[in-house]
Amino acid sequence: MPYRLLRFALSKKHPEPAFFRQPEQLKPSYDAIIIGGGGHGLAAAYYLAKDHGITNVAVLERGYLGGGNTGRNTTIIRSNYLTPEGVAFYDASVKIWENLSQELDLNLFYSTRGHFTLAHTESAMRTMRWRAEVNKKMGVNSEVVGPDDVKQACPEIDLSCAGHAPILGALYHAPGSVARHDAVAWGYGRAASNLGVEIFQNTEVTGLDIQNGRIIGVQTNRGNIKTGKVLSAVAGFTPRITEMAGLCTPIVIHPLQACVTEPMKPWLNTILVSGSLHVYVSQSSRGELVMGASLDPYELHSTRSTLDFVEGLSGHILDMFPFLSGIKVVRQWAGMADMTPDFAPVMGKTPIDGFYLDAGWGTWGFKATPISGKTMAATLANDKPHDLIHAFRLSRFAELDLTGEKGAAAVGH
Amino acid sequence: MKILHCPINGPRPIDEFAFGGEQREMPDPQTCTDTEWANYVFHRSGAPCVKKEWWYHVPSGTWFVAERNTSTDVVERTYLWGEA
Repeated sequence: MPYRLLRFALSKKHPEPAFFRQPEQLKPSYDAIIIGGGGHGLAAAYYLAKDHGITNVAVLERGYLGGGNTGRNTTIIRSNYLTPEGVAFYDASVKIWENLSQELDLNLFYSTRGHFTLAHTESAMRTMRWRAEVNKKMGVNSEVVGPDDVKQACPEIDLSCAGHAPILGALYHAPGSVARHDAVAWGYGRAASNLGVEIFQNTEVTGLDIQNGRIIGVQTNRGNIKTGKVLSAVAGFTPRITEMAGLCTPIVIHPLQACVTEPMKPWLNTILVSGSLHVYVSQSSRGELVMGASLDPYELHSTRSTLDFVEGLSGHILDMFPFLSGIKVVRQWAGMADMTPDFAPVMGKTPIDGFYLDAGWGTWGFKATPISGKTMAATLANDKPHDLIHAFRLSRFAELDLTGEKGAAAVGH
Repeated sequence: MKILHCPINGPRPIDEFAFGGEQREMPDPQTCTDTEWANYVFHRSGAPCVKKEWWYHVPSGTWFVAERNTSTDVVERTYLWGEA
């Protein structure tokens, strides 16, 4: 062990200041409570303080910071969606991402790689053209490219995919990026804490106090708190919170699994997604291949991972990259994805005054972290949904006015 | 490999089954309100508990009901519709 490290290990002084304050006691009341200390909740806390001057805010996290879906996704950031509402929303997110490292004064390893969504069938090509045209109209950089362009960007790929799923073309999205997900949660947490937000880990919400259709407080395992505004940003735990509020939502929880290989020298510069083969893959800054596939096929509130998943995914990865046959998978995990019927999130006000939802983030939440924080902060501060999230309101289901984004999901879940 | 018990074919690997979602009562479309219908079409009881679900054994074409804990993934029992 290097001497410097040993010295810090023995010293009572830590060389780096703590990332965020950890107050011992909950205050009896706050202006706003945010349930969920993941990227979305912490970003909302940060923008509440920064954009709206609301700093008497507590973030309550059941486990540890960023330990839920923020730390379990495959870190892909893109805006090549299908509906104009979706494209505008995710594009606003990408614009914040581009300068976020500077804003949070923390290196998020934001790395723009270019993003190929491979098409193996004529119907997939049709969806790619559709997405490209919607994207171009909205000013987002996407285009349909041929197999040669894929081969040029990634010479290692087998364009025939072992002969049974030849690549006909791809949707190429130049702004497609990856970032370190833990750093995003920690960066937003530190920035929010610096502005006065209080963060409580190991603090589980056990009930909501609602009177005459208004939220008046929350109950936790560390005591009760009074507040007039509560934001639920808890991803896979959303149904448990909405059940406390007596709200119905269309959200159903399915596990989504992912894995990484042992590290390799850098060879994969781009992000590759194949809807037909149910694969998305990129190479992290540590050299690991980060890979994910489709949802588990049935509802389950658990983060267990399965051999079936890693077998299926490996088969498909080998179709694309036969030379990886000797590479080992070193880690696999799962997150609880809160799926909606139209593959768009559920954001904004609810029938309960002062209770706001940032949910339904299924398999598409990480890329939206900055913009969901910003728009939810504005929604809480003004008690009026931000213009960008109108299409994601909870009432769209009862109004039969859905926002169909399934065609833009990474793989055909 | 997880094993599920088909009421007709006995214990079979989970790969042979398709999940059909939670078993719910359909309101009468002629008489229910738009809100009731939207509730039926979209809304689900999402919190984890023991739920009655439709499952389908694909090779034999058998639909049946499973009572499954959606938190622990333990199937408590399976039976054909109407035999509960």
